[in-house]
Order: sequence, then C-alpha cells, then structure tokens
Amino acid sequence: MNDVIVIGAGPAGTACAKKLAENGFSVKVFDKRAEIGAPKRCGEGLSEASQQFVGRIPERCIAQKIKGARLYAPDGRYLDAILSEGGFVLERKVFDKWLAEEAAKAGATVQANTFISDIEKDTRGYFVGVKGEFLGNEFKEKAKVVVCATGAESPLRNKALGVFSKVNLIDSCLQYEMTNVDVVSDLIHIYLSSVLAPRGYVWVFPKGDHRANVGLGIIPQEKKPKAYLDEFLKLHPEISKGSILEVNAGCVPVGGMVKDMVANGFVLCGEAANHVNPIHGGGIKEAVMSGQMAADVIAECLKKNDVSKKALSKFNDIWWKERGDHLKRVEKLRETLEKLSDGDLNDLVDALKPEDIIEFARGAKLSVLAKVLMRKPRLVSIARHLL
Amino acid sequence: MTWSIENNRCLRCGGCVSVCPTAALELKDNVIYDEKLCTLCGICEKACPVEAIKVTTQ
Repeated sequence: MNDVIVIGAGPAGTACAKKLAENGFSVKVFDKRAEIGAPKRCGEGLSEASQQFVGRIPERCIAQKIKGARLYAPDGRYLDAILSEGGFVLERKVFDKWLAEEAAKAGATVQANTFISDIEKDTRGYFVGVKGEFLGNEFKEKAKVVVCATGAESPLRNKALGVFSKVNLIDSCLQYEMTNVDVVSDLIHIYLSSVLAPRGYVWVFPKGDHRANVGLGIIPQEKKPKAYLDEFLKLHPEISKGSILEVNAGCVPVGGMVKDMVANGFVLCGEAANHVNPIHGGGIKEAVMSGQMAADVIAECLKKNDVSKKALSKFNDIWWKERGDHLKRVEKLRETLEKLSDGDLNDLVDALKPEDIIEFARGAKLSVLAKVLMRKPRLVSIARHLL
Repeated sequence: MTWSIENNRCLRCGGCVSVCPTAALELKDNVIYDEKLCTLCGICEKACPVEAIKVTTQ
C-alpha cells in the first residue's frame, strides 16, 4: 500500500509528491494527460521571486526573461513597471515535466496517461484509494491519503467534497500562441478595458524570437472569448499579422477559494481548491505553495498514524493563514477594479506610478489602490468605498 | 430539453467540468456527459470559451 496517491501531475501535485517523497513516504502520482504539461492552459508567466518556492528553474524551461510589465489603458497610453526581480515566460510543456522529474528524483513514482475515474471510500468513511485506467487496463490502488490536485477541470473534487466553481467566479479564456508578432520582447503586455475584456484583461506574453502567447479572459457571458480576441486583434496589426501555432482554452478560477479542503484520508490542493490569484489568474506559485503546505500536514499526520479529517484540517488552518487571507484581499481588489469603466481605467493608468504597481505586486493592499484612486477626482468616490 | 456538444468545436479545456454543480461532466479524450446527473442548468454552456455546448429547453 502507498502512503499517498496524488491525482494530477501539475505544479500542485508534483510539489506535494516531491516533499512527501523527500520525507521518506511512498508516493504515486497519476496524470491523465499522455504528455505531462500538454496541452498547456496558461499564459506561462511567472515571477522570478517564485523560485523561492518552485526551486531554481533550469534555462530549458524558460522561453523569455522578463523585466517588468507594460500596462495599457483603454485609450492606448501605457505605463511600464520595471520590477527589480523580473520574471519569466515559461515553456510549460518543459517546465511541468521538469517538476515531475524533480518529484521522481526525490523518490515518487509518476505515471502519465493514467485516468482516475473514482476515489474509493471504506466503510468508516475514509478515502482509501483510487480506481483508474492505464493503456486500456483498469486497476485499483490503495493509499493512506489521496491528494486531489487535478485542477478545476475534474469532477473528482465535486464527487469527494462537493466542490465546483461558481460560473461568475471563473474567467473564460482563449489564447493563441503566435509567431511573427512584433512587441517589446522583455515586458509582458497587459491591456485593460471593460469593453475589450470585461472583468478580465488581454495579455501578450512574449516567448522570444517574435513568438508570444496572446490571450484574454472574461467574465462568462453569451459573447465568447473568441469574438473579443478577434476584436482585439483587429485593433493590433502588429500582432494579428502573425500566425497561430497553437490554440489554448480554459476557465480559470478568480475567487471562491475552498474553505474546507480535507476529509478523512483526503486533501484537495492547488487549482482544484481554486488556489489561484484572483486578480491576474496566475496559479503556478499558488499551486506549488498549496501542494507543499498539504505535504507538510500529510507528513505530520502519517507520522502520528492519524489521517482523520480532524488531523488533516490543520492544512485548512495553515493555508488560510499563509495564503487564503491574502488572496481574499486580492479578490476584493478585483471586485473593485471590475466596476471601473474604460474612462475610469484611463484615469487609473494615468494616476498610477510604477512604484504603485510594484507595491501591489507585493501586498495587494486596498489602501494602495485607494491612494492611487484619490489622485483623480472622478475616482475619489470609489476610493472612499475602499477605505 | 437536451444537452449537446460539438466535438469539432470543443478544445477539451474542461471549463464546463469545472463549473458543473452535479459532476455530470468529465473530460477524458472528449467531454463525457452523464444524462442521469445533469439538471440541464446551462451553466456549462455559459462557461464554454468556444460555443461548443448547447443546452436547449423546449
């Protein structure tokens, strides 16, 4: 019998498996994809500071090094925020495999192309294993703890804990990976507009040699992301002149972090628990942190031979203290920003100073946004609302 | 009342699965639909980034 089975070899699952394996536990990681990391569902941006949690990222995983962000107002004016530490646009197909290799080197067993259809419970109400399928052969495997790190796209989180994403708490996204695109290559480009991308934004993340991820996320509605992306491209010949190498879609959680992520012998972590930054939709760092915190608690519980819901609920306490309260504030910030019209957004970008963005990136404090809004008469009432 | 998917439009992103309140959808090679669990609420149609899903109520 395994100590732990992890479902999903994304950043959360592999971070969790690696840490458990390093602590001497037997861990198996199953991923349904034939190739770990593919297809990508991601803009692939990551801050350099994230390496504190992810580890030192090998060059082969990095498509482009980034100095900062160029933030465009709806009227086309922009502001460059150069970060002291910068970031990367990754090659997720290489990056995710590297993470899986790290878990395997630490002693975990990773198996791709393995579809988990169900999580099994015993008569005491403990989750005790999984039912799956590998290359046409059905199998069952047991473990003391099952970790669900499937991302939001699996019904297993719903079957186990009744968790699903509320439709107004996801952004519906479409992205083209393009080549022959002309943008400044060492900045990520963020276009704000309540008309071009309601609630969300358009992103252009350069991947080197005139390649870029060009995508957008919007609040789900009748008009679909493709119609919005087409409109954006029409306005930007320097991008639309390029060719489409890859089409990616997805729904990213932008809120609704799950309160209770554990059951007897069961832990939910990463995007499956909606652990995503609600303002920019970035999930890699949150997934890794979430997976590592889950691993710490599971290790402690296994050592004490108690994997009850009560014992595992320490993960709830730790995650909410370390990440949840912060992400909740970020969610509040997003709720404020999504109320802004294009006129307001023009004023906002005009009032922003590069150091404000850096301060946001650090702490996402509502007071920082309020300070910026106060600089513009028409935004003062929104600022007051925040304080 | 029916639920249907156009597999040649679907990008297999699983967005529909993430919002389904009754776990009636699952993403394998294609989206798998469980008629017994579906309440035809239409939330999946709303979330779908590419108009692959149609829920019709007559």
